[in-house]
This record gives sequence, C-alpha cells and structure tokens, in this order.
Amino acid sequence: MEYVIEMNNIRKEFPGIVANDNITLQVKKGEIHALLGENGAGKSTLMNVLFGLYQPEKGEIKVNGQPVKITDPNVANRLGIGMVHQHFMLVHNFTVTENIILGSEPTKGGKINIKDAAKKVEELSKRYGLSVDPYAKIEDISVGMQQRVEILKTLYRGAEILIFDEPTAVLTPQEIKELIQIMGKLVAEGKSIILITHKLKEIMEVCDRCTVIRKGKGIGTVEVSETDPDQLAALMVGREVHFKVDKKEAQPTDVVLEVKDLVVIDSRNIPVVEGLNLEVKAGEILGIAGVDGNGQTELIEGITGLRKIKSGSVKINGKETAHLSSRKITETGVGHIPEDRHKHGLVLDYTIGENMVLQTYYQKPYSNSGVLSYNKIYEKAKSLIEEYDVRTPSEFTPARALSGGNQQKGIIAREVDRSPSLLIASQPTRGLDVGAIEFIHSKLVEERDKGRAVLLVSFELDEVMNLSDRIAVIYEGKIVAIVDPKETSEQELGLLMAGGKKESVGVS
Amino acid sequence: MQKLLKNQRLFNIVVPLFSILLGILVGAIIMLISGYDPVSGYEALFNGMFGSPKSIGEMIRAASPLILAGLAVGFAFKTGLFNIGVEGQLLVGWLAAVYVGYTLDLPAIIHVPVSILAAAIAGGIWGMIPGFLKARFKVHEVIVTIMLNYIALYSTADIIKRYLYAGNEKSFPIKESASLASTFLADMTEGSRLHWGIVVAILVAIIMWFILEKTTTGYELKAVGYNQHASMYAGMNVQKNIVLSMTISGAFAGIAGSMDALGTFQNMTVMSAFTGTGFDGIAVALLGSNNPFGIILAALLFGGLTTAAPQMNFNANVPQELVDVIIALIIFFVAASYLIRYILTRFSKEGK
Ligand SMILES: Nc1ncnc2c1ncn2[C@@H]1O[C@H](COP(=O)(O)OP(=O)(O)OP(=O)(O)O)[C@@H](O)[C@H]1O
Ligand SMILES: [Mg+2]
Repeated sequence: MEYVIEMNNIRKEFPGIVANDNITLQVKKGEIHALLGENGAGKSTLMNVLFGLYQPEKGEIKVNGQPVKITDPNVANRLGIGMVHQHFMLVHNFTVTENIILGSEPTKGGKINIKDAAKKVEELSKRYGLSVDPYAKIEDISVGMQQRVEILKTLYRGAEILIFDEPTAVLTPQEIKELIQIMGKLVAEGKSIILITHKLKEIMEVCDRCTVIRKGKGIGTVEVSETDPDQLAALMVGREVHFKVDKKEAQPTDVVLEVKDLVVIDSRNIPVVEGLNLEVKAGEILGIAGVDGNGQTELIEGITGLRKIKSGSVKINGKETAHLSSRKITETGVGHIPEDRHKHGLVLDYTIGENMVLQTYYQKPYSNSGVLSYNKIYEKAKSLIEEYDVRTPSEFTPARALSGGNQQKGIIAREVDRSPSLLIASQPTRGLDVGAIEFIHSKLVEERDKGRAVLLVSFELDEVMNLSDRIAVIYEGKIVAIVDPKETSEQELGLLMAGGKKESVGVS
Repeated sequence: MQKLLKNQRLFNIVVPLFSILLGILVGAIIMLISGYDPVSGYEALFNGMFGSPKSIGEMIRAASPLILAGLAVGFAFKTGLFNIGVEGQLLVGWLAAVYVGYTLDLPAIIHVPVSILAAAIAGGIWGMIPGFLKARFKVHEVIVTIMLNYIALYSTADIIKRYLYAGNEKSFPIKESASLASTFLADMTEGSRLHWGIVVAILVAIIMWFILEKTTTGYELKAVGYNQHASMYAGMNVQKNIVLSMTISGAFAGIAGSMDALGTFQNMTVMSAFTGTGFDGIAVALLGSNNPFGIILAALLFGGLTTAAPQMNFNANVPQELVDVIIALIIFFVAASYLIRYILTRFSKEGK
C-alpha cells in the first residue's frame, strides 16, 4: 500500500466520445510504470487529468494516500507532479534557464535572479547526468536537448512524480539510450515515473509494471518481468500482432526518382546535402538510414520543393523538377508524409475532413470553379477515416482534438490514397501503436506492389531493415553506401551510419 | 448550461451578450455614483435607438459604415492578419468615391456602382501595400497600417484642398446620379438620413461569408492564417494569400468610406482628425466574433449607441462622455472574454 499515485475509476468525456471510462492506475514509489494503449485509447487524456489540465467527470485521485483535487497544473506542481509533454512548451528565443524559471521566477529585491537559478539548473543537470548548458538558447539546441530542458523544468519545481508522454517518439536511437539512463538515475533518487510509449522493447527494458488501456477502458496491470512483447501487444490491440512485414520479392522497373549532385543549404546557409546521388525505381521501397542531422530532412524538403535547391538535378518520371513549386511537384505525382505532423502535415484548426483534402481541395470533385463542395469533401473524408481506422468522433472534429497517432493516420490516409507514383514517407510510423504500424507497413508494401516508388526515411533501424528492398546510408549529406537488407546486420548498418567505409558495396 | 458551454458556436453568442449586459450594469453603477438616474438614462438611450422610425433609421444609417469597417477587420483577422489600417483605407475610399461621384457623368444605375467600385479599389490598394510589405519583407502589418493611416489622413486633406475644394473645409458634393440617398427610405423612417448603403453593407457581409466559407480562395486564406508551413506544404502561395487578404480587407474598408461619400454626407470634409469608424470597426469585429452576421448585429448596437447618445444627454442629462464609457466598458468585457468564460464555467459548475 505504498502507492504514490492512485487514480481510481476515472471518467473523462469529450463531445461525442468517452476518452477515459472507469480507468484505474496505481503507481508505486520508485518504479517506472508504463502506460500502454492503442492510438486514441486515452493515455494522454488520463495524464492530462493527473496534471490538472482536464477535470474528470468521475473518479478520485490520491497522492501519497491523500485524496486531492488537481484543479490546474500549479496544483499538480505543488503536489510534486511534473509532466514532459510530447510537444514541448518552450520559448524559442529564451535561454534554458529563462525557460526553466518562467512562471516561478526567483527574485532578489524585485529583480530576477538569473545567476542563482542557472547555478541550480547546473547542479540538477549534473546530478542526473543531463549535461544541459543553462545559458544555451533553445533555438540552438537539438530536440533531445529540449526534452531534457523540459525534464529539468519539472525537477526544478520539485517534481517527485514525472509523467513522460511518448518521450522517445522524437528521439534518435542514441538519445533514447541516454534518456533511459537518465530515467534510471531519477528512480534511483526515489522519483517515480509514468512512461507512455508505443515501443514494447522500451517497456521490456526499463519498466517495472505496465497498465494497459483499450478504447478508454482499463484492461489491467501486469508485472513486466512476467510478460513478453507478444502478450503486451495482444492485450492492447485485442488480437495478435505480426511484427515482421510479409512481402514478396520486389520487382523494380523504371527509375521514378533520380537525384543527381544535389546540394541543399540549411537555414544557417551551410550545405547539408552535398552532392547527393540517389535513384528510386518503381516497385521498390528504398529506405534511407542515417543518424539524425546528416541531411535527411533537407533532402526531402529539397525534393518536395519546400526548400530551395542550391544546385544539382531532381528528376521525377524523367521530368526535371528541381526548381518547380511544391504544387507543381505534387502534381507530377508525389505524395509526402512529412516528418513533423504539426508543422507541415495538418492545419490543426481545420476539421479532420478539411485536412483530408489539403492537397486536392482545388480539384474536382472537391471544388468546382473555385467553389468548395463540402458534401464531396466530407464523403471522401468519411471513407478514408473508415479505411485507415482513424479514431475520431466524426469527420467534423477539429484535427487538434484527435490523438497524436490518429492525426498521423489521417495524414497517411491522405497521401497514400492518391497513390502517387513517388511516395515519400518521412518517419511515417512515429507515434503509432503496433497495430497501426502493422497496417501502415502493409499499405506501403501494397503501394510498392502496385508499381509505385517508395522513399522511406526513418530513425527506426528495425523499420528500415524490415520494410526496405534497398537501404541507402546517408552520412554528412551524401549517400555513402547502398546495401541489401537481407545481407546486412544492424551492426554493420550502424557502422556505415557513423561514417565507416565498406569496400564491397558500390556507391550509386 | 454545461452542454451549452461545450458548444463553441453558442458560446460565441453568449459571451458577447453577457459582455453587453455587464457593460450596461457597470454603466448603471457609474451613473449612480455620479448622481444620475440610470433608469431614466437607459430609458432615454433605448428611446434614442428604437423610440421612433426616425431613430431606427438613424441607427441603421450609422451602422452601415461600421458594418463594413467591422467586416474589413474581421476578414483580415480570420486569415491571421491584424488590419489596424481600416481608418486609412476608409479615408482613401471616401475620397475616391467623392472624386468619381463628382467628376463623372453617368446614369445613376452605373454611376453608383462605379463610385463604390472606385472606393473599393482605392481602399484595396491602401490595404495591399502593408500586405505586400509583410509578404515580401516580413514587415509587421500593424506598424505599416498605422503609418498609412496618417498618410491617408493628411494626403486626402491635401488633395481635397488642391483639386476638389468647394470652400468651408469641404469638397465639392457628388452628383445626384452617384447618390445613395433615398427619399423613399427617408420618408419611411419619417425624415432620417437613412440611405441605400445598408443594402451594400449586407451584400458585402454575404460576400465575406461566401468567400471564407465556400470558396477555395477562402480555404487557402484561412489555412495560411492558421499554419503557413502546412499551407506551403499543400502547395499554396503564402505570399500571394497574405497580399490578397489585405487587399480584400482594404476594399471592404474602402466601401465603408463610400457610405459617407455617397450616402450620409455626399462630400468629404478636410479632416484634421480620424473619423474613428475604422477603430470602432475593431471593436465591432471583436463583439461580432469576426462572424459576418455577428458583425452586422454588433454594428447596429454601436451605431445605435452613437446616435442615441445625444438623446441620453438631452432627456436624462447624462453627459455624452458617459455613453462613450459604456461603449468602452462593453468592448472591455468582450476583450476580457476569457474572464467571462471563466465566470460562466464557474456558474455552470455550481449550478450542477
Ligand atoms: N481536447 C479534446 N477534445 C475532444 N476530443 C479529444 C480531446 N483530446 C482527446 N480527445 C479524444 O479522446 C480520445 C483519447 O485521446 P488521447 O489523446 O488521450 O489518446 P492517446 O491514448 O494519447 O493516443 P495516442 O497514442 O495516439 O497519442 C481520442 O479519441 C481523441 O479524439
Ligand atoms: Mg497521446
């Protein structure tokens, strides 16, 4: 009976949907407790209730055995509850320290005392091995570092219970390893952690217990030591899940995408894609493997016209597209699942239905001489929502109100449905549950078998290895090797990604 | 109540109504404190607005340019832009309408639309400038529009003095054929200055609704306002849309100017200060939740308050300034709608 957190029979409703239906979650002191469930199962909602962002319709919350009412995040902070949101809430042109003290600025005679605060931040950072520079500006540090700033923010406020909402979805494999170490240090100091993740491997590796929810209902809590990934997956989805993609041998035909000597510069005017060459054929999935920051983002933005190309050529179906507008490029038959769904993928204030026609709204039948046909738009949206199992109360719900994974499924539905001759998928399964990943993978293979060219970018080596017919390794803005996934290992791939040479493979 | 609060659309109606109520309430308290009788004060105000056909006519007349100014602000706002330059766009529109109304010789059926069109074009160009500067050089539209207000104020005054001066600080009047004035409407309202402008204003409100809610152009304009990155991803031309939005907004403001030019005054005065209509437009748009039909209602209220203020002064001795205070209070409470939202939520919780 030494629970630090007890959430008993919590119920939370949204218009048209019961997000949490009688869920119970009990967290022991000093444990890492996993919260597992499909996209839209209600995990984020439950945590937002615990953090005081939502008020539950029913149920009670106890902290250290005491019944409490958490009316807003300040109350949560006072109770020692801190939350690291999936989408960070940092002020970009402020320093790390300024962000951390924002809202509870320490003052000395009416003046903000940055020095002392920075010192405290540094101490905390050392103690938990975060290695964050208190004076760095947020806009200059990586996503992984920003996440650590969020962690520091909660620690600075004296959090004893930390909630992490899908922290690893945005991290590179190396950063994930480091985060796991940090979490170890936190629990060693007596903190308790609630971790939301869709990656069963992570749960097996770091968590003590796991609570599973399905469609808003609590399914139960299991000891991680007494379970395995298959059982966890079956518990959350309600059926068995195949982790391995089955696909036939690829039948590549004509070249669809041909990139030659491509140079793209980033926002600081530094060339990040430096003379890159690449070919993707119809009927194959080409996976790009590489450590984050080796030019993947800029390569994709260059191909899709979102970023200006310095020099070189990009041909799609034999047509030069290097300096065309994004609209023209899309119209030559390109679909693009963007890396950042909130930045590029969705207009969050539009309904999910309106978002489904973001690339086609100006065409028939969705509009007619400039006048939108909402009937046709929502008809289409409805069928896509069904086909891709996007869990939403209706097609008229604002995209903002969908769970992260369901937003992603909406984007994938939109892009794949047009069946473009070149489909670019950047981190397509980021934030998706294992069931959804299985479905999306089979969709990508289906597109390949229809004779489309698929260009896949992913930090998940598993995904690249499983899905690709050929793997191109990107390093410092160039493709340094092309390997056959059947004849390589994760180790070898890792070595190539770190800049190691390989003799026997030809560079295209 | 709980159900009601969940409905965003209903909330957009409840909040302004509640703000108006609060404004009236606090206004009453102020009247009491300053020694006036709020009951007779509000009675006079009400009579000033609805007491006679003439007062209703005057209310609608005063509302016409306010509707258009509110639409201009609301249109820009719905596409993520803040057009503080409605005042300037209104002034150049006014001048353009007077110029065309005075110089051209056309049958009324053509002369009126052409004059209104001239006002729309002048206002549109005046709005396009800040739109272009924002799209091309990322200069914030608020700063440019404020500057352009002053440029409009002084250059219209100068142009009248040089080219259209009829003496007595006034321009030449427009020709009969360009006038929106109507003896029919005036007779119907027993001698008010009501003119056909209200029809124009309602038409423009419908046009705004249609553009924003029904067309691909509106879809693009709103998307750019919400998320430029996603708009770019979707192949929209972000720059073009920013310029277009400010141009349309400016055109609406220009038409607001033509209401005074072709309707109420039939000429233009050499202004030494702003008319204030452009700025009231911001409040009207806010009170009307940037919704075309909400804006019409809000403008009627504002128009009514302005035309009835002298009544309140005359019949109940309440000074004109106090009416301004009440208007300001209503604006304040709308702007503080977060506060009102909070109060309403509290009420509904306790009521349950
Ligand atoms: N603010 C909101 N308004 C309306 N509905 C919402 C809101 N937030 C969440 N929902 C709905 O509640 C349900 C649960 O959403 P929640 O974000 O908790 O899912 P999740 O388990 O975190 O999923 P994911 O793994 O995809 O992040 C979803 O159906 C979602 O559409
Ligand atoms: Mg979530």
